[in-house]
Amino acid sequence: MLHNLFIGELADRLGKREISSVELTRHFLGRIERLNPALNAFITLTADQALSSAAAADARLGSGERGPLLGIPLIHKDIFCTDGVKTTCGSRMLDNFIAPYDATVVARLKGAGTVMLGKSNMDEFAMGSSNETSYYGPVKNPWDTAKVPGGSSGGSAAATAARLTPLATGTDTGGSIRQPAALTGVTGLKPTYGRVSRYGMIAFASSLDQAGVFARSAGDAAAALQVMAGFDPRDSTSVDVPVPDYSQTLGRPLKGMKIGLLREFFEGLEPRNAALLEDALNIYTGLGCETREVSLPHLPLSVPTYYVVAPAECSSNLSRFDGVRYGYRCENPKDLMDLYKRSRGEGFGAEVKRRIMTGTYVLSAGYFDAYYLKAQKARRLITDDFRAAFEQVDLVIGPTTPTPAFDIGAKMNDPVLMYLNDIYTIGANLAGLPGVSVPCGFVDRLPMGLQLIGPHFAEAKLLNAAHQYQQATDWHTHAPPGYES
Amino acid sequence: MSLTRQDVEKIAHLARLSITAQEMPVYVSSLSSIVDFVDELSRTDTEGVLPMAHPLDGQHQRLRADVVSESDTREKYQLNAPAVTAGLYVVPRVIE
Repeated sequence: MLHNLFIGELADRLGKREISSVELTRHFLGRIERLNPALNAFITLTADQALSSAAAADARLGSGERGPLLGIPLIHKDIFCTDGVKTTCGSRMLDNFIAPYDATVVARLKGAGTVMLGKSNMDEFAMGSSNETSYYGPVKNPWDTAKVPGGSSGGSAAATAARLTPLATGTDTGGSIRQPAALTGVTGLKPTYGRVSRYGMIAFASSLDQAGVFARSAGDAAAALQVMAGFDPRDSTSVDVPVPDYSQTLGRPLKGMKIGLLREFFEGLEPRNAALLEDALNIYTGLGCETREVSLPHLPLSVPTYYVVAPAECSSNLSRFDGVRYGYRCENPKDLMDLYKRSRGEGFGAEVKRRIMTGTYVLSAGYFDAYYLKAQKARRLITDDFRAAFEQVDLVIGPTTPTPAFDIGAKMNDPVLMYLNDIYTIGANLAGLPGVSVPCGFVDRLPMGLQLIGPHFAEAKLLNAAHQYQQATDWHTHAPPGYES
Repeated sequence: MSLTRQDVEKIAHLARLSITAQEMPVYVSSLSSIVDFVDELSRTDTEGVLPMAHPLDGQHQRLRADVVSESDTREKYQLNAPAVTAGLYVVPRVIE
């Protein structure tokens, strides 16, 4: 079945003209129509545009052009501006917003010949770990529709897992690619901060946000990263570092690679989660890796540090939504202050308002030193711990999430409980490090992920380690029941 | 340290957010628990540690050449505006 093939296999068939991009696109659009209503993974479908992009890709293929993503369908998280297409960021605030330009990520993937099927559902303004804060309703996990898919990129994760798309973009500020990838049994990659352009990606926390990708294999993720990565002069935090050929090094033997077991990740780990990690470690030692324990003593500070830094940055970034130039405007504002307060009060959901207010508080006079400055110092301690660890090991390994997917509604009343879902993912964002989550087994018949974190710009090594694991196991090939055909 | 209702009203005003009377207790409670949670940082020794604003060292703000390189796209960008007159964004009267 076409939707179970990997991107390399699809590209091969497209190249041999065994199928056309239009046929492939129709296949996925048909699955979306049939299967998405139960998942709510999409905010906007772009069927007509998809078919014309597919026809254009077929013309390029017909003229002899070939490329790893030419004619391949994908979906974009609704945080990326897509020219002429509604871009909502999962919020009422942007329910009426038609993006007037393409994000760099969108433009690059478009240039490579991808076909956009639609914009995926997400936690509002990327704030959340369950895709329950979206103005457009929660996304359901295809493995069990009473459970969350994770967040904030829940729609991209669920759609990839359900085989409604072979590829999906996402963003990861505190774990929003890796965590939903783990909970839905797919591969999710967050690159190094600065590796992928943030131009056209609606900003949440500017020193943490990074665009990345969901796919069903490390090889597929590598093909996408190849196109997405690279210096962009329009993003002042884009780093001008050459992009290696990620696909070329996927198959490199792992013999001699040193993998660090993060003591702070393994402490207090739930036994069934720990057992899956044990199995994964055995696979890696079987592949020739050396494993050793490393300690990041300041890592437990990650979650409180993040929940000072990220809200502070978001309070600044979301101040642009004021009802004046775009987005939601309240009815009958009596003066400018009323316009601002009610447009924002009515346009934003509760979690967004909570984070804006947390950020405003920690940045306010009298509290700035105690909270924000303090958090920035803790951030340095955490980053230095990682740096020290990478002097001894090539990559660090651990679980992606503390538990499998939880019930929709289970954690909505306790924001702090929700925040603790990110306990294993946040450190990498604070230190700007690349991380990947790959499926590693099941707990209670729900997928679990293992996470690899590398030093800055070590995406090739991460993808190599993920790929070799996927050659030795088949967790990444399991489809949720009902979605294989 | 818990936040009071007055604290939250002041924060909401600074953040230009309207919070209804019904919503207020929920925000007071959840913001208090968040602030309590992040207070753990205050117990950390950060003597002599430099604050870190950016995850990568050695980055600096790039500047570009001071030449005109963009074209006028006001009409296109104003398509999303709630109220526009003669190319200007319209808001309630500001100056009395």
